[in-house]
Amino acid sequence: MSDVAHAHGHDDHGHHAHPTGFMRWLTTTNHKDIGSLYLIFALIMLFAAGAMALMIRAELFKPGLQLVHPDFFNQLTTMHGLIMIFGVIMPAFSGFANWQVPLMLGAPDMAFPRMNNWAFWILPVAGLLLMASFFLPGGAVAGGWTMYPPLFIQGGISYDLTILAVHIMGLSSIMGSINIITTILNMRAPGLTLMKMPLFVWTWLITAYLLIATMPVLAGAVTMLLTDRNFGTHFFNAAGGGDPVMFQHIFWFFAHPEVYILILPAFGIVSQIIPTFARKPLFGYASMVYATASIAILSFIVWAHHMFTVGMPVAAQLFFMFSTMLIAVPTGVKVFNWVATMWRGSMTFETPMLFAIAFVCLFTIGGFSGLVLAIAPVDIQLHDTYYVVAHFHYVLVSGALFSIFAGVYYWLPKWTGHMYSETLGKWHFWLSVIGMNIVFFPMHFLGLAGMPRRIPDYALQFTEFNQIATVGAFIFGFSQLLFLAIVLKTIKGGAKATSKVWEGAEGLEWTVPSPAPYHTFETAPVIK
Amino acid sequence: MADGNAKMLTKLVVATLAMFGFGFAMVPFYYKICEVTGINAGDEQTLVRNTQVDPSRSVTIQFDANVNETLPWRFKPEVRTMTVHPGQLVQVEYVVTNTSAHPIVGQAVPSYGPARAAAFFKKIECFCFTPQTLAAGETRRMPVMFVLDPAVESELHTVTLSYTFFDTDKQAVTGTAKRG
Ligand code: HEM
Ligand SMILES: [Cu+2]
Repeated sequence: MSDVAHAHGHDDHGHHAHPTGFMRWLTTTNHKDIGSLYLIFALIMLFAAGAMALMIRAELFKPGLQLVHPDFFNQLTTMHGLIMIFGVIMPAFSGFANWQVPLMLGAPDMAFPRMNNWAFWILPVAGLLLMASFFLPGGAVAGGWTMYPPLFIQGGISYDLTILAVHIMGLSSIMGSINIITTILNMRAPGLTLMKMPLFVWTWLITAYLLIATMPVLAGAVTMLLTDRNFGTHFFNAAGGGDPVMFQHIFWFFAHPEVYILILPAFGIVSQIIPTFARKPLFGYASMVYATASIAILSFIVWAHHMFTVGMPVAAQLFFMFSTMLIAVPTGVKVFNWVATMWRGSMTFETPMLFAIAFVCLFTIGGFSGLVLAIAPVDIQLHDTYYVVAHFHYVLVSGALFSIFAGVYYWLPKWTGHMYSETLGKWHFWLSVIGMNIVFFPMHFLGLAGMPRRIPDYALQFTEFNQIATVGAFIFGFSQLLFLAIVLKTIKGGAKATSKVWEGAEGLEWTVPSPAPYHTFETAPVIK
Repeated sequence: MADGNAKMLTKLVVATLAMFGFGFAMVPFYYKICEVTGINAGDEQTLVRNTQVDPSRSVTIQFDANVNETLPWRFKPEVRTMTVHPGQLVQVEYVVTNTSAHPIVGQAVPSYGPARAAAFFKKIECFCFTPQTLAAGETRRMPVMFVLDPAVESELHTVTLSYTFFDTDKQAVTGTAKRG
């Protein structure tokens, strides 16, 4: 951390005396500091949740129970999911937003810097609560990241702590979103109209609205769990006249938009990178904006595609099936536009571009398996099998996570003032992309053959594909150490980055020096 | 700008609180939707409905009850006749009373009229499956649950189900009755 501190520290031309050391980071209201904090937090949590995933895969290397107790296995799958979503992907995107939104808009900082500081610093508290619950009596929560009752109203103390952590993480992202929306709507440089904003800013604007609309609903749902657990209410307790299926409706009303919260900023990052390395403006800018908005709006009416097996009437199943398929249309528009941007461009393949291209190809595979799952009669077969696991890892690992890698490589020179090692970056890319496919592609077959998810043991005929997946997982997992090394090395030193960094880069962030000074755009630039 | 930001903040906080309320509003909303559309009743139907039922045909079932002369019991069906569809799951009850002053073990034996109907009469639950012990003066209601096989021939319009109770300790008058 202190290396980053110095990197920014000596660019600070002393507007005020800053505290140093840990206090500097604890009290900072600077959007670049806070952006770095979010990214560092996400990176640490990536390794924590990644270690859990490797334990899961190690247990699944052979049928039968060998390494971990089944209850601990369930804790691992639950916490892996919760932490990857709330502790890695979302904070990483917030980190990008904090760094890039003011830079891309020509704003001096975020609209509410002090709230920004709070939004970040409550996150590690939630992270600690989650990690600490492993050491409490009964262990961490083991009911699945989806927190379904009745399991979630039966567990011990760690269930209450996890509910508290979810509240904190929700509060953090709501504060972050309020900041982002206000910054985007009120603090753009003169002349920077909405339809001239970089696509990354657009996707974050829409994501922030999604967060404000859905995070409070999740907060409501987990509050009901909490009162069912501790205060004798019966929202979901069938014994008291409640309905556990109702939890699923409320939860997925939040959680389907949530999966778009996890992917829209990724769309934004990729839409910045592909034009840069294809040296062509983004194809169909306006259609990209409208497609993002339609995805966001449609995401509110498809939630029950996660619930085809709860016994909905046929009419409802048909509605959710067709509305889900409808989302594939704007998603297809986006994929088309990325491909059209590359079409006849003068492409070069630096690491960010490699990750962006892998994103386009592999995310599309995830989209297709999503379409398969959207078919209600098919989903009744595939629900809660490894096919679903394959689907959401294609959209979340090769989608969201790869876009984060792409974005880090793309903007790291701007943040640190140093170029990363292209050779090592390419190694990281190829190991990741190969490893990722070895882990998750066989899971499609496992799911089609009927292997259920979230089970520490399996029937003998699933052995080979599970062993392949486990080997892939260790390749993928350990290659992320290379990523850590590359990032640390780039922070410490490396070839000096120019302000523009990339030949084809466009936008305000490339007009400030690299590393970006501690304070930028104190007088707003004018956009013609 | 700071002014505009504060206004924006207020609006967004109100939106957040409204959505928090909306989460709770989904509870009554959920029950109302289920009630109005009958959605939750919908799956009850799909679960319980027996696709084998043939609603186009009706068969009259007559219930008959007898007691062997050695047994001091009173025995009668709750309903004497009933119209059912082949394939339909039906439950009826019989009432039996031990009129003597000591406990007795009895066993009911069914018979069918016409006798060929026996092949289509599928009993799922019946007091005739086990011996029944009645204390002195005790009265008991006993269920029979059955399905008339949809394969039952279409000329069959009336079936009689008849039970006779025997005292299992005394030698019964007819030793050949088939137990069903
Ligand atoms: C074309 C777009 C998509 C379609 C049609 C689609 C469809 C579906 C369907 C039908 C399911 C439910 C499967 C089941 O549980 O039986 C599902 C699960 C899931 N999807 Fe997607 N999806 C799409 C895109 C995405 C994206 C972009 C993300 C996230 C970035 C995502 C994340 C997830 C997750 C996390 C689950 C599993 C939730 C769980 O049960 O734990 N999906 N998807
Ligand atoms: Cu969904």
